[in-house]
Amino acid sequence: MSAVQGEFHLARGNFRLAARFTLPARGITCVFGPSGCGKTTLLRCVAGLERAPEAMLKVHEQVWQDTREGVFLPTHRRELGYVFQEARLFSHLNVERNLRFGWARVAQQMQRMRWEEVVEWMSLGPLLARRITDLSGGEKQRVAIGRALLASPRLLLLDEPLAALDAGAKAEILPYLERLHTTLAIPVIYVTHAIDEALRIADYLLLMEAGAVVAQGTISELIGRQDLPLAYLDEIGTVIDAQVAEHDADFHLSYCDFSGGRLSVNRMDAALGCPVRLLLRARDVSLSLVHPAQTSILNILEGRVSELLPRGAAQVLVKLELPGGISLLARITGKSAHKLGLRPGLQVYAQVKSVSLVR
Amino acid sequence: MTELPLDPLWLTLRLAAVTTLVLLALGTPLAWWLAHTRCRAKSALEALVALPLVLPPTVLGFYLLLALGPHGWVGATWQALGGAPLVFSFPGLVIGSTLYSLPFVVQPLQNTFTAIGRAPLEVAATLRAAPWDRFLHVVVPLARPGFLTAATLGFAHTVGEFGVVLMIGGNIPDRTRVVSIAIYDHVEALQFSQAHRLSALMLAFSFVVLFSVYTLNRRWGGKAS
Repeated sequence: MSAVQGEFHLARGNFRLAARFTLPARGITCVFGPSGCGKTTLLRCVAGLERAPEAMLKVHEQVWQDTREGVFLPTHRRELGYVFQEARLFSHLNVERNLRFGWARVAQQMQRMRWEEVVEWMSLGPLLARRITDLSGGEKQRVAIGRALLASPRLLLLDEPLAALDAGAKAEILPYLERLHTTLAIPVIYVTHAIDEALRIADYLLLMEAGAVVAQGTISELIGRQDLPLAYLDEIGTVIDAQVAEHDADFHLSYCDFSGGRLSVNRMDAALGCPVRLLLRARDVSLSLVHPAQTSILNILEGRVSELLPRGAAQVLVKLELPGGISLLARITGKSAHKLGLRPGLQVYAQVKSVSLVR
Repeated sequence: MTELPLDPLWLTLRLAAVTTLVLLALGTPLAWWLAHTRCRAKSALEALVALPLVLPPTVLGFYLLLALGPHGWVGATWQALGGAPLVFSFPGLVIGSTLYSLPFVVQPLQNTFTAIGRAPLEVAATLRAAPWDRFLHVVVPLARPGFLTAATLGFAHTVGEFGVVLMIGGNIPDRTRVVSIAIYDHVEALQFSQAHRLSALMLAFSFVVLFSVYTLNRRWGGKAS
């Protein structure tokens, strides 16, 4: 049973939002799409900060909004947490009193988060007595996330929480966000236009274009779906969830196993057995009919062609099926596909020039 | 040396204090509305609020005299309801001062509310704060310097008024004779030393008030930014 069901229709000037979605009971759903596609508007509608003239929203079987029934719960009566792009801490309160703002407004028997727990997760202890003006960008965003969590939300909304931060602060915050997967038993909606962020933290993707939700599902479900007008997915390629199997100290490599084989990546600091998410960009995958023996490329995977998807005039996106039912995408030229005589069912070897670790 | 009559001073302070309270009570919702509305009537209302800035006080006083007088629509209605005559009375002065000092309270508050914007209110709403809760615990503390400025300007401007009081209050000792009128009287009567002492007192008082406000605002401003 889906935990969150929503539908929003809203027109504003030339922009039209027409979005319908369902989210699972836990896990992070990334709302991903280009700037101006209506991601933030959708999030604000969910929070009740924008009032769509035609809308339906059900969270854990509780109706938050239904224009047909005339139901509209104002924002302060929706059990949610909202993290804004610019932290938006109250400048007249110190860190602790910012954190207590939502915490104090939830009746004790309704509190689902423990104060000490959230303070520890977000490493807020040393900041509690500080003034807002004395915080760095990353610290501010950590306080904002903690403040939202302490309001005991049943749905957590994050609107590009990293967009306003520099690379250093981003790297500081990301581990905290990733931890939300395992620590939070509530659905999280995370808006971003940065694909690397989405790949790193998403369990599910909700793809938006021009105000509409064009697809939703797990990352592996979405990638390679040819009905999606998603040029950027070619840039992405395949996401593979694997486990660290071995470290190679001599060559500074780590080997990761997944159902379709083994991949080598640059040596990482992770315990054996640790789950990792790897990204194989479609443009970094080339194909060969025979097993390449003398090649500089380490990662060679065996699979069968399942589909050929034309991409533009000169390019073809080849979808391969690896053992274990995993799809792998390769982007090659139409000429190469023709020369190799690629067709569904053909056995090929994929050479993966680079594998990047996304998580 | 004659004793300095302090009655006009107390009357002035009382008038300014009452007017300031009335102005804060009326000006806050008005400024809030002006800061947040997208209604077309906004510009007209802003112009109306700003009128006392450009009108000679005698013009305002003249119309008030007509309106509040026993034959004016406000005065007649008031008296028909059993009220005491408004002109040449303390309540009449409060009404006149309120209108006269309105822009000095509404404009700083409106600017403050506009500067605060919707963002902190939205955050507070996502943290379960209902509308009144948001106003009291977010807007009021954030707008503290604005409230202080508005109250001070409203108070000081009321203390300094002359034309409106003269028109609708006249010059009745203990009831409508405020400091500015008393000083004018003393000068007319060539009692320069009394005029001097009252004037000097007003000067010192005004300076101390403004100085305290600027000091406080600086301290609060430093904390907020």
